[in-house]
Amino acid sequence: MMMRMIRSALAAATLLALPALPALAAVEIQEVKSEGGFTAWLVEEHTIPFVALELRFKGGANLDPEGKRGAINLMTGLLEEGAGDLDARGFAEAREALAASYDFDVYDDTLTISAQFLTENRAEAVALLRKALVETRFDQDAIDRVRAQVVSIIQSDEKDPNAIAARTFDALAFGDHPYATPRDGTLESIAALTREDMFEARDRVIAKDRVYVGAVGDITPEQLSELMDALLSDLPETGAPPVPDAEYALEGGVTVVPFPSPQSVVIFGHEGIKRDDEDFFAAYVMNQILGAGGFSSRLMEEVREKRGLTYGISTFLVPMDHAETVQGQVASSNETVAEAIEVIRAEWRRMAEEGVTEEELRDAKTYLTGAYPLRFDGNGTIANIIVGMQTQGLPIDYIATRNDKVEAVTREDVARVAKRLLDADALHFVVVGQPEGLETTN
Amino acid sequence: MRRILSVCVLVLGTLATPLLADENVTTFTLDNGMDVLVLEDHRAPVAVQMVWYRAGAADEPPGHSGIAHFLEHLLFKGTDTLAPGEFSKTVAANGGTDNAFTSWDYTAYYQRVAADRLELMMRMESDRMRNLRLSEEDIVTERQVILEERNQRTDSDPGALFGEQRRAAQYMNHPYGIPVIGWRHEMEQLSMEDAMAFYERFYAPNNAILIVAGDVEPEEVRTLAETYYGPLAPTEGLAPRVRPQEPPQLSERRLTYSDPRVSQPYVTRSYLAPVRRAGAQEEAAALTLLANLLGGSSTTSVLARKLQFEEQTAIYTGAFYDGTSLDPMSFGLVIVPQEGVPLAEAEAALDRALAEFIEEGVDPEQFARLKAQIRASEIYARDDVQAAARRYGMALTTGLTVDDVQAWPEVLMAVTEQDVIDAAKAVFDKRRAVTGWLMREETAQAEEVTQ
Repeated sequence: MMMRMIRSALAAATLLALPALPALAAVEIQEVKSEGGFTAWLVEEHTIPFVALELRFKGGANLDPEGKRGAINLMTGLLEEGAGDLDARGFAEAREALAASYDFDVYDDTLTISAQFLTENRAEAVALLRKALVETRFDQDAIDRVRAQVVSIIQSDEKDPNAIAARTFDALAFGDHPYATPRDGTLESIAALTREDMFEARDRVIAKDRVYVGAVGDITPEQLSELMDALLSDLPETGAPPVPDAEYALEGGVTVVPFPSPQSVVIFGHEGIKRDDEDFFAAYVMNQILGAGGFSSRLMEEVREKRGLTYGISTFLVPMDHAETVQGQVASSNETVAEAIEVIRAEWRRMAEEGVTEEELRDAKTYLTGAYPLRFDGNGTIANIIVGMQTQGLPIDYIATRNDKVEAVTREDVARVAKRLLDADALHFVVVGQPEGLETTN
Repeated sequence: MRRILSVCVLVLGTLATPLLADENVTTFTLDNGMDVLVLEDHRAPVAVQMVWYRAGAADEPPGHSGIAHFLEHLLFKGTDTLAPGEFSKTVAANGGTDNAFTSWDYTAYYQRVAADRLELMMRMESDRMRNLRLSEEDIVTERQVILEERNQRTDSDPGALFGEQRRAAQYMNHPYGIPVIGWRHEMEQLSMEDAMAFYERFYAPNNAILIVAGDVEPEEVRTLAETYYGPLAPTEGLAPRVRPQEPPQLSERRLTYSDPRVSQPYVTRSYLAPVRRAGAQEEAAALTLLANLLGGSSTTSVLARKLQFEEQTAIYTGAFYDGTSLDPMSFGLVIVPQEGVPLAEAEAALDRALAEFIEEGVDPEQFARLKAQIRASEIYARDDVQAAARRYGMALTTGLTVDDVQAWPEVLMAVTEQDVIDAAKAVFDKRRAVTGWLMREETAQAEEVTQ
């Protein structure tokens, strides 16, 4: 015991002696406006002959028409399943011949397209992507094939403890808002979807009035401007109106979902904080110390390192477009999960009442400010970051100011936001498994 | 569809992305036998340090499964100069991230930091190569953690349990049949003595490879490596890695597994398969292309075309092969049947599709597209130096050389259509295969009735 204390003291001294952190990598973002009225953020990087292009369409799966849950998800899966003169296989073969990649994904708030293509055939790769967006075929055989895949995913999720936990939490928390139900839809809702529904779903989301563009790589502003006009000019002007904000309806307690497994999976949380809240950075730093900081976090220390109750635990701030939560997840043996939950509640309370120490704050800030420049290390990664900044409404010089915002957070700020945000009694735990000593509360 | 079915996690990716020809690679060896490889990429002020040990789960003493992975966890406890947990805390306090991973053939540790923090990382990583200090408390707590890890990754997932059983059947004598995480009853008995014996034998400079990638200069890396790793004592008399090899496999093996948690039944088949050998990668290259032609795309691959588009017996098909392995591994296939298609019918359809493929030969257009993608992957690969570092680490711990890694793209490009068919004929021998049916409990009963 003595030895350890001495070692820790030495360690602290080592940490203090470190030099200041390096300056940010030169990520110079240019704003590019096209003749057709589109705006992109661009980082030119000409050393490797390819471009990473990121498109975001706000609204995402939230924009499913009433009674047609799952339409936008199914539609997204069909974007690469045939367009113009090409059927599904023809489209895939054309893409493979260009050695381009297009990834289409949809989340609650956003539909995302990630594309990478070589300089040598950029125009062809962009023309093919345009086809997928504006000349989508939605052939009936493709709809049936992809629908069968979605059915399989829905059925798998019904027996996946992690999916069950997330779905149960959302259903309890978000009432009749789209956030309350999985964006895949239900077996019944997707069975009823028609080819016409696919066209409607596409035009609700993939429209000019909600597109954001980020590009990184071997392309000039002029070339990017032409690319955007070629790619996006034929989209509809407007899509569906945004959904209203969600009312968070879940009170503190426990919901047990019986599931045959040696281990219980837990998702827990309560209401959170908006991305544009003036205390967001203080909350971000606080969450880092509480549960987001991996092996440096309090929850990992208490639940895993000291007690061996889990392989991993983490917490997240989840600021969505229409609701915000703070959530966490953990898995623990059925015999030990009740103890894990007790420890989590205690740590939640301790943070709300006591805030953080000067040392914890310093370490968290050093990590967050030091890790930030390390994110900017590949064309695809950087394109993803700069398009995300746009959808969140951040200024183009945000990267240069972000670390200052972290540095400005004080212990008092963290204590204030912890007290305001964290409420151990409001925490709701959804437990999927056969937990010992836990029952659903009312 | 972007979201792939959960069965895909049973096998790792197929197209071993080749490395670029013009990358900046420097290699040297320290006096104590430690190999060093430097990969330069000066686009961002980031460095990755990796230390790879030529020791993994297949090097464990019999009866002590899981010790390689358990030791990986324990390396984050203390040394003479670092308190338990301090390693990762120090990395984090410097803005870095760190982690480790264990496979059958290797155990590797890495940190990703600002390039000017490399020296601190080397000081700490070299320290724990020889100076680990464990307490009984560390052993007891961390053993609980790895049991929870097994709960989470394996025992909570019927697909993972099934994979473990199939692998045990694939290898009748080779330790690849033992799970990396370990069998639970053996994990529960893992002790301080087990951990320290494995550590003292294998964690030594002459059994390790240092890889530093990113915004670094080779000469600077050499100076630091000599300072921090140079003084470490090698393990004397370290024997060559010779594991028990497979006898001739003469008898097809078949498994069924049913579990109430299964939502999507499927059929898998794996064949014992050769792997990349130093100076002789041609057969593995042909198998790599074979896996891509059969199952690399959900739309254009042979199995997708025949079984998902034409016959419509399947909603998903796949083929998996990774030839980077010290001893022979396996070539895997999977078919997820359409609703209402019995597993026996799905398996027959799969066998029919394979036979037709060998009969019809490779579609020249599909072959040309695949070659175009391999060529392009050399360009895309230059965007991710950490992935390149990882490929070198895997190759160098599985008996390959830097030359083999650099020759790999050419070897892939040189494969002919006939090579692929020859490789398919050689590998698809049911006497060396394990066929598995994963079933819902009610399906299991129905299948029994129909047989």
